[in-house]
Amino acid sequence: MAELSKNDEPQDVTPNVSKVELADAHSEAESVAAVEAPVGRGEPILQVRNLKKHFPLTQGILFKRQIGAVKAVDGISFDLHQGETLGIVGESGCGKSTVAKLLMNLERATAGEVFYKGQDITKLSGRALTAVRRNIQMVFQDPYTSLNPRMTVGDIIGEPFDIHPEVAPKGDRRRRVRELLDVVGLNPEYINRYPHQFSGGQRQRIGIARGLALNPEIIICDEPVSALDVSVQAQVINLMEALQDEFNLSYIFIAHDLSIVRHISDRVGVMYLGRMAEIGTDEQIYEHPTHPYTQALLSAVPVPDPDAREHRERIILSGDVPSPANPPSGCRFRTRCWKAQDKCAEQEPLLAVPERFKGQDSPAAHESACHFAEEKDVVGAA
Amino acid sequence: MTTIEETTPVPSPRDAGADGGPLLDVRDLHVEFHTREGVVKAVNGVNYSVAAGETLAVLGESGSGKSVTAQAIMGILDMPPGKIPQGEIRFRGQDMLAMSAEERRKIRGSRIAMIFQDALSSLNPVLTVGYQLGEMFRVHQGMSKKDAKAKAIELMDRVKIPAAAARVNDYPHQFSGGMRQRIMIAMALALEPELIIADEPTTALDVTVQAQVMDLLAELQREFNMGLILITHDLGVVADVADKIAVMYAGRIVEQAPVHELYKRPAHPYTRGLLDSIPRLDQKGQELYAIKGLPPNLLRVPSGCAFNPRCPKAQDICTTEIPRLFPVTEQDGTPVTGRTSACHFWKETIHG
Repeated sequence: MAELSKNDEPQDVTPNVSKVELADAHSEAESVAAVEAPVGRGEPILQVRNLKKHFPLTQGILFKRQIGAVKAVDGISFDLHQGETLGIVGESGCGKSTVAKLLMNLERATAGEVFYKGQDITKLSGRALTAVRRNIQMVFQDPYTSLNPRMTVGDIIGEPFDIHPEVAPKGDRRRRVRELLDVVGLNPEYINRYPHQFSGGQRQRIGIARGLALNPEIIICDEPVSALDVSVQAQVINLMEALQDEFNLSYIFIAHDLSIVRHISDRVGVMYLGRMAEIGTDEQIYEHPTHPYTQALLSAVPVPDPDAREHRERIILSGDVPSPANPPSGCRFRTRCWKAQDKCAEQEPLLAVPERFKGQDSPAAHESACHFAEEKDVVGAA
Repeated sequence: MTTIEETTPVPSPRDAGADGGPLLDVRDLHVEFHTREGVVKAVNGVNYSVAAGETLAVLGESGSGKSVTAQAIMGILDMPPGKIPQGEIRFRGQDMLAMSAEERRKIRGSRIAMIFQDALSSLNPVLTVGYQLGEMFRVHQGMSKKDAKAKAIELMDRVKIPAAAARVNDYPHQFSGGMRQRIMIAMALALEPELIIADEPTTALDVTVQAQVMDLLAELQREFNMGLILITHDLGVVADVADKIAVMYAGRIVEQAPVHELYKRPAHPYTRGLLDSIPRLDQKGQELYAIKGLPPNLLRVPSGCAFNPRCPKAQDICTTEIPRLFPVTEQDGTPVTGRTSACHFWKETIHG
């Protein structure tokens, strides 16, 4: 990865260089640091390589035969570092939730690898998979359907301990659950209540407590606040940020609300029709997007400032997302893109730093899967 | 085709109604629901008005009574358990609550129409969209089936559904979310109503589709000079399209203001809290401002100002006395047109 090596270089070189060069390197490191995410780097905790999930389309009742496939996720690669938040945005149907399920190994990947600390979890099963899953937990979108209405809060949060008894010995569980309730800002006295006795925001806290129960390293959050009221969303976001600092968690934060993703994420990936269109730090994506889809997405977000509506450039995309069962040839966005040319239909653009920005120190130099990647001023979501 | 457009200044305030008066005038509306647990006071004295060509945004969280108010205006509240103990809903000067069911039926759909949030559950899955669109013409204007279908195609064209003639016999599930919402809009527009109530019209849609649908709605509103009541919780959408805003909390309007005024200097702590909790660029990495606590249970609305348990400015008076809607003035006492705030300390909130 070009960006990564760029970042590592000055640090590797520093011990050997003279004072003058050191000052130089220092300033360079600073400018690079402005571009890179402000988090401690090192070995990525999660590496996703060319991940694919195709759901078969079958015909016939007795003799099923496959007539095609819905390519929900079609070749996605990214890294997640310790303590980092990676936001994933995209329209409904772009495959972001399928990615979440693949990372948990709730769905078997069709192809590709997910390395957790160097171990490919898509190939694991049985006890080895259970052991890995302890470290990757999930918080679901809808706090109304993701909690069993017949179980008490104590049983819901304590259930992970049944599968992983090594985390909390039997006699210790109630105490652990009370602790967890306290950590997520709920009264520990509520341990014997049922989910229906809580509001949406409180339920989401219960979901988060369940996710935390096994001391995981990675939490995958699939639209964790979109079902909540505006005034409650901020409370839950604050809680998640506080927990990240406290337990050094890594988040994969899937959402469609671009302003919230920007607030919480160190890096952001934009997905379109099963592929990553663009990935970079929050500043690179929001301030210097080079992929036309990202630009359209950002310009479509309504800005909560009435003064901005007078002279705002907006890109109104035509039509709908094409069917993932039959994606367009070449670039998948070309059917809705205003820059599309013949080349886009023939050649699939790869996710890489665009040729024209290569080696440059500008924030536009991040990975973008477009033949004609360029910056365009859009007044996007703040 | 994908278009890149520069938004142009909207001529606002827009023309008032032909006869000068407001199109719709809601006065002191109360709605309650009688349930086994007790009386739920969903709406407690709401006042607002909309003129022709004007957009009123009603902003509020779930349970604030914004949708119930709209259903009361449309006359589609389930009664019982719903009940309207007092209030007036004047449409072109006539109180609709005093009308007979037959008279209201004539207004509903042809003069006031509604767009619902969830297009998939609002359309009948076993009837073609052409049939459902044509129903408006058959029932209200007594058209033949053939003419009604022709009208339906015309409407689908108008809301920019591609290949309308070919798709008129399709069923709702064959359309995408954005297209279904267009069909809902077409249905509401069918009889060229004077007022449209849109209840969270884009909440279920993606941002790119949301932009398409809101654009379409604004264009059609201009064309027909309709009044629009937009019910939403999205502060971004409101800033884009509204002329004036009514903020609701626990069944009451807590603040009313023209759109620019409200965002520039809110006069109610709840509005301020909502605006402050939008993530902003300069707050990256910091804690977001959050309104503490939870929206109240409508069975047990707090005494005094319903917002007092969550309010940073609350004092003793807030727990004992329900604040009326105070007219908001500048610091020197000159009134600000169209601004009211239901807070005992509105002065401190707006000027302090």
